[in-house]
Amino acid sequence: MSPRGGDRPMVPKADFRSYYGRPIVRPAPWTHDVAAYLFTGGLAAGSALLAAGGQATGRPRLRRAGRVAALGAVAASGYFLVADLGRPERFHHMLRVAKPTSPMSVGVWIFSAFSAAAGVAAAAEAAPLVPSRFARKVLPPVGSAAGLAAGAIAPALATYTAVLLADTATPSWHAAYPELPFVFAGSALASGAGVGLIADPGPPARRMAVLGAALELYGAHRIETTKGLLSEPYATGKAGRLLRTGRTLTAAGVAGAVLGKRSRVVSALSGLSLLAASAITRFGIFDGGMASARDPQYTVVPQKERIAGKMPD
Amino acid sequence: MANSLYGPLDPAPDAGYVDAPPRMGFFTDTSVCIGCKACEVACKEWNAVPDDGFDLLGQSYDNTGGLSANSWRHVAFIEQPRPDPVFLGMPGQDKPDFRWLMMSNVCKHCTHAGCLDVCPTGALFRTEFGTVVVQEDVCNGCGYCVAACPYGVIDRREGDGRAWKCTMCYDRIGDGLTPACAQACPTESIQYGELDVLREAAAERVAKLHAEGVESARLYGHSEEDGVGGDGAFFLLLDEPEVYGLPPDPVVTTKDLPDMWKRAGLAALTMAASVAVAFLGRRR
Ligand code: SF4
Ligand code: SF4
Repeated sequence: MSPRGGDRPMVPKADFRSYYGRPIVRPAPWTHDVAAYLFTGGLAAGSALLAAGGQATGRPRLRRAGRVAALGAVAASGYFLVADLGRPERFHHMLRVAKPTSPMSVGVWIFSAFSAAAGVAAAAEAAPLVPSRFARKVLPPVGSAAGLAAGAIAPALATYTAVLLADTATPSWHAAYPELPFVFAGSALASGAGVGLIADPGPPARRMAVLGAALELYGAHRIETTKGLLSEPYATGKAGRLLRTGRTLTAAGVAGAVLGKRSRVVSALSGLSLLAASAITRFGIFDGGMASARDPQYTVVPQKERIAGKMPD
Repeated sequence: MANSLYGPLDPAPDAGYVDAPPRMGFFTDTSVCIGCKACEVACKEWNAVPDDGFDLLGQSYDNTGGLSANSWRHVAFIEQPRPDPVFLGMPGQDKPDFRWLMMSNVCKHCTHAGCLDVCPTGALFRTEFGTVVVQEDVCNGCGYCVAACPYGVIDRREGDGRAWKCTMCYDRIGDGLTPACAQACPTESIQYGELDVLREAAAERVAKLHAEGVESARLYGHSEEDGVGGDGAFFLLLDEPEVYGLPPDPVVTTKDLPDMWKRAGLAALTMAASVAVAFLGRRR
């Protein structure tokens, strides 16, 4: 038997039986709206953290850009979340329960709290434009509180989506559960850094880019190489192409962020590259899991290996 | 609560029922199934399940394909070369060199049901009989249960948008009736009753088949020790589970959920720390 866990770049063609080659587990009935949500949710989280950092260290341009980007990303996320329901008009049925065994339920509550905070923080940026003197006075401190709250919730928003995918019978998502949150956390950081590099390039955004990219690349590498047969769907086909493209764009983005310090244009392009990388990586992870659910070998072979390991021979 | 996510458990009391009736279940003995599909038809009739189109799949005598939102019983047909030809009493050929395996598949009404665990609306619930049922007036079609079922049973219905599956005829068993499929089955391949009783009957049946030389007979989903804490609907099979389209060693995904949240928490802390480092580092 091939070792489980260790590096296994060349996976031999699996020998297994099935019912006319039909899938065993069912792929999630989700469209790429969900993959897009993985990206926009991460972007909202990364931007809110950028804004909170800017706020705490007196960098108003980072703060403003982060808050506005977070609000935009949250609005897009809301759309993607609802659009993929079979009964969108029943979205609010998710608010009738809070269920810790359901990452989607937990996530809806995280998302709701985050949206409220991010919305207030972004609204506060409009303070100078408001005619009322009272509002001009009150809005900034309220915005600061909301901005810090959004920043505090952001890491949960960025990482729960990894649990959302992993807590399924989809073989390659489930197998990736130890590293997936790190990929998503890194990807969210990198996309937030991308916003910073475009709006106000400086050391914080550059460092955030480097740290985010390192997390993302490390996690993705583990997922692509240490899951035996279940790494294969991430390395082959459309998912493989997406993840390779994402990796290239991440590397280019980080290189540009670090080496292009002196140029606004290079910094902005690096930011764009990181944003694109974050989106493409999410689509790659999404597609890899879906491919693993469609082919019965990814359900049968690892389970057979598990049985063989359990039985003394 | 220790076992709520994994391990042996009586699901109805765990879900909060006081004085729950005995857990009810199906024992599907595929060794006597004749592939008549009476169960498929009876289920559709009783539950008013819409038809799923007329497809010829070219797979033996199976044109249903599998369980779906519109097929809550599915009779699998497997044509196999037979390693040990035996006399079946069929005229014309006394020792056929192939065999048919037939099996009526259904929702397993798992002790630890992934579908139920992950449902974010509470549409899926545990009944007093220990079965798992979707409330169609609550489901919003998020599709999470579909991805969480280790058997690929529950499914979102095209056009309707909601998730559907076998209810073990919740509306019948509450009145002491037998579910439509078991009622219609002419060979008692589908047996309905108290799960404990069925488990005993199944153990006897396997022992009898082994005594008759049918070495390949085995139970599937009967053990509380398996990855889903045992199935409310379990089977006697004559070949490996995957041959019938069943997962060989299913494990409820939520077994790892506490670990998953831990990893996510660690990643979230790493993320917050990274931002702190990014902003608190030197100014240039
Ligand atoms: S077999 Fe699937 S749909 Fe049926 S109870 Fe188990 S997890 Fe739910
Ligand atoms: S599709 Fe319906 S039954 Fe399934 S998890 Fe979502 S709300 Fe629950």
